[in-house]
Amino acid sequence: MHNFDFVKPQSIADAVAALSSDGAQALSGGQTLLPTMKQRLAAPTVLVSLTGIPEMRGVCLGDDGLAIGAATPHAVVAAEARQYYPALADLAGGIGDPAVRNRGTIGGSLANNDPAACYPSAVLASGATIVTNRRKIAADDYFQGMFTTALEEGEIITGVTFPVPQKAAYVKFNQPASRFALTGVFVAKYAGGVRVAVTGASNNGVFRWHDAEAALSANFAGSAVAGLTVDPADMIGDLHGTAAYRANLVKVLTKRAVDAAH
Amino acid sequence: MPKDYGIGASSKRREDVRFLTGLGHYTDDHVVAGQTFAVFVRSNVAHGRIVSIDTAAAAAMPGVLAVFTGEDFKDVGGNPAGWLINSRNGEPMREPKRPVLAHGKVRHVGDAYAAVVAETYAQAKDAAQSIADATEIEELPAIIDMAQALADSTNRVHDEIPDNQCYDWGWIEDNRAAVDAAFKSAPHVTTLELVNNRLVPNAMEPRASIGEYFPGTGDYKLTTTSQNPHLTRLLVAAFVLGIPENKLTVVAPDVGGGFGSKIYHYGEEALVLAAAKKLKRAVKWTAERSESFLSDAHGRDHVTKIELACEKDGTFIAFRTETMANVGAYLSNFATVTPTFLHGTLMAGPYKVPHVYVNVKTVFTNTAPVDAYRGAGRPEATYSLERVIDIAARELGLDPFEVRRKNFITPDMFPYTTPVGLQYDIGNYQDTLAKAIELGDVAGFESRRAASAAKGKLRGLGLSTWIEACGIAPSNLVGILGARVGLYDAATVRVNATGNISVMVGAHSHGQGHETVFAQVVAEQLGVPESSIEIVHGDTSKIPFGMGSYGSRSLAVCGSAMTKAVDKIIAKGKKIAAHMLEAAEGDIVFADGKFSVTGTDKAKTFGEIAFSAYVPHNYPLETLEPGLEETAFYDPANFTYPAGAYLCEVEVDADTGKVDVCRFTCADDFGNVMNPMIVEGQVHGGVAQGIGQALLEMTSYDDNGQLLSGSYMDYAMPRSDDVPMFVVDHSCNTPCTHNPLGVKGCGEAGAIGSPPAVVNAVIDALQRGGHKNVTHIDMPLTPSRVWSAMNA
Repeated sequence: MHNFDFVKPQSIADAVAALSSDGAQALSGGQTLLPTMKQRLAAPTVLVSLTGIPEMRGVCLGDDGLAIGAATPHAVVAAEARQYYPALADLAGGIGDPAVRNRGTIGGSLANNDPAACYPSAVLASGATIVTNRRKIAADDYFQGMFTTALEEGEIITGVTFPVPQKAAYVKFNQPASRFALTGVFVAKYAGGVRVAVTGASNNGVFRWHDAEAALSANFAGSAVAGLTVDPADMIGDLHGTAAYRANLVKVLTKRAVDAAH
Repeated sequence: MPKDYGIGASSKRREDVRFLTGLGHYTDDHVVAGQTFAVFVRSNVAHGRIVSIDTAAAAAMPGVLAVFTGEDFKDVGGNPAGWLINSRNGEPMREPKRPVLAHGKVRHVGDAYAAVVAETYAQAKDAAQSIADATEIEELPAIIDMAQALADSTNRVHDEIPDNQCYDWGWIEDNRAAVDAAFKSAPHVTTLELVNNRLVPNAMEPRASIGEYFPGTGDYKLTTTSQNPHLTRLLVAAFVLGIPENKLTVVAPDVGGGFGSKIYHYGEEALVLAAAKKLKRAVKWTAERSESFLSDAHGRDHVTKIELACEKDGTFIAFRTETMANVGAYLSNFATVTPTFLHGTLMAGPYKVPHVYVNVKTVFTNTAPVDAYRGAGRPEATYSLERVIDIAARELGLDPFEVRRKNFITPDMFPYTTPVGLQYDIGNYQDTLAKAIELGDVAGFESRRAASAAKGKLRGLGLSTWIEACGIAPSNLVGILGARVGLYDAATVRVNATGNISVMVGAHSHGQGHETVFAQVVAEQLGVPESSIEIVHGDTSKIPFGMGSYGSRSLAVCGSAMTKAVDKIIAKGKKIAAHMLEAAEGDIVFADGKFSVTGTDKAKTFGEIAFSAYVPHNYPLETLEPGLEETAFYDPANFTYPAGAYLCEVEVDADTGKVDVCRFTCADDFGNVMNPMIVEGQVHGGVAQGIGQALLEMTSYDDNGQLLSGSYMDYAMPRSDDVPMFVVDHSCNTPCTHNPLGVKGCGEAGAIGSPPAVVNAVIDALQRGGHKNVTHIDMPLTPSRVWSAMNA
């Protein structure tokens, strides 16, 4: 790790100002950035911590849905979102290990948009809104491929608002080493229809499985996806699983998520 | 009631008090006044010619004290191979020099070609990056696949070795024609091609070394993560740096696991010594985890074709194997013996098979060196045998349990000489199999299978009946077979004046529990409390010349030396007692910690004898020396032959291919057991590693020689929820016939016996589930591989 300066602003305005300096980098839970710095693959000159800003922390139910501050750790979401959105709490409680859950944040996960991260599937399946210091971004517009998002230079996520579904579930199949999602499927049933989002599987990052959404909107039962297939051409193939295997997992896990939805 | 003291007691591991409370003192915990820090510059290409290394900028950076490249070590010796293997055409193996730092070429990703020493670790790290940036390497095609390596005479890992082959070994060559003839006339032949996957050892403590030089005396000290400090001293002194052995002390303090990877001498150890001499300051290096992945000696990596010839009733006629064994880019110290004499000689298993022939071609590739890893050769043999036997049984419509039972060597046949050159002294394979069947509740399997099926899961049962040769090793025998070292061990028992005892042993404990078990043995022999005995190990300036710990040898070999030394203490004590009690030496008996005159109540306690030995005010000095300290060396007459039966039950999720190990039962014959709790723990660890190999651990190099599984993000180690509660039994025991304690060794068994049990169970589950075309899947049986096999 190279030397760097560290600042911990108390307001979003101060954080934005700090991030405008050359070589500045936003730091949330540090679950990706710090290992990268330790390997000397990243060398920011200033780390701007976003975890000391009160308005970016916490879970609360509002008129637009469940609002979660971007700097809220997974463990807090797992505990505090449970009464409002249990499937989301389940997802948060299954990320990494206790150390990861107590450091890693929802905003950090979404800004990084790792193709195997759990949160993007919940955000996309819930049709959530990503709130930044500049605007509100619909989930469908936010995720733009592996490690790629709609965020602009200097833009920071301040919170996420989740419409609460009637029923939902997240089912993750662990990559055996990292226990990231080899594939994970989030199914959410709303009055207006069902949304299905898949993480871990695609070369293009998190995606909605529209065929399953249509089938499940018509009939919300695991059997509804039995006749569907997923094209392996878009799937990731690596030492942990072939593309065909991931395509199979998408279907298997979707069925299981529907069966588990609550 | 279980024994609470001495041999057979489950005494608590005394070393765990410090290990579990953070008070262990590992190499990196040693802080030497004025210490400096070394960082190595490692190749990021698998194969390349070093065009230039410009170290000038690095040398001028803040805090940098010295910079080294391969050029600095070109005139010192190479790190040698410890065992000469001859090819079947009589030619000796090819032994390319393994330099301290790569010189001329780099041969694997992670091959160190330069090093920096600086005042701080961060400064050394910065300078190492500067050197990497100022190095030009002409990249050459990477040689990764063994078959291609053997077929390609243009691309060479070592320019002087045209076909990348180290040797082409046949065992036993004189039997080859008879084996081939047996196959020609056999009623049934089963053939299996399999891969024994490469493993990264992943000791919890990464390798670390501190070099010191004392200008006042010219002495050197190396503190290092070693399983055998005397061997490291010998290699550094006699082969690599030429330091006189008497001027070098090697200390292996608390060592956090080795599994074989810390048997060997590595270039980093030589470098910190040479740098310490140059700077006259201590030089410390501690590997990062990434360096461990890239540069620790890996394990296994065989590609094997095994054939089994048998009668229609399953009676074995012959085994024949052809194996390619990967040694990586350089010969690690025991890389040549692991695929040969630790593998081919076990290829008869516990079976009375008349004909066996083993061929091993050992291949250089642009990958990390491969050497012995927990089990070392014997897991490879066991896996090949136990897999092909299962397939043969299925082909013939026979019960795999019955096929094994039918072919077992029977208890009346010992000592039994196998067709691959070993003489098994004793065993009872029927008993361990029967015990495993009982404890594993094979009778209840069908109802458990039905319960699994009701949940939509496929359940399978797998068996492995394994044997190993350990207690390594009889020097007479291994000398004939090409070993360049002896494999005895040694112990010194020093009774202190106050009656407590220091035992200096050549074995090295890096987690095994020697400090507890060895004390139990001495306590039993001398009738003194375990707490009065200290086991000293890991420091060449304190211990006698022993050969360290590997090959499940510590108790069988070093423990035997220790009991011999204690016998000498008792004999000396009798002399002292005879003098003190004014009796004839022949009339002194020793029992329950007392020396007494037979038939009388005249006696001296052990403590009184000890005190007298060091306060010898009225000794007849012509016939009685003061002091009570004895040393013994012990060289075993034969290997020991632990054996056992392992049962594994799995559930396979047919939708995802995920395998859950539900039950694992071990019935082992380790001979006499000194501490049942520690033995059970050793088996737990070994089986966990075997399950890791079977289901999780995948070492994957891409075609360019980049290690794809170079961190825990991609290399899956077994976690507690990957393994079931183990059922472990060692009540079936046939004590070893040729060592004083009747012990056989238990450290490697779990890792040897378990992989085939797991794979057999998975294949059984798939077969019972109707996937009749799936007869084999290569390890690790990842969900993707299992699902792909089911849906092929």
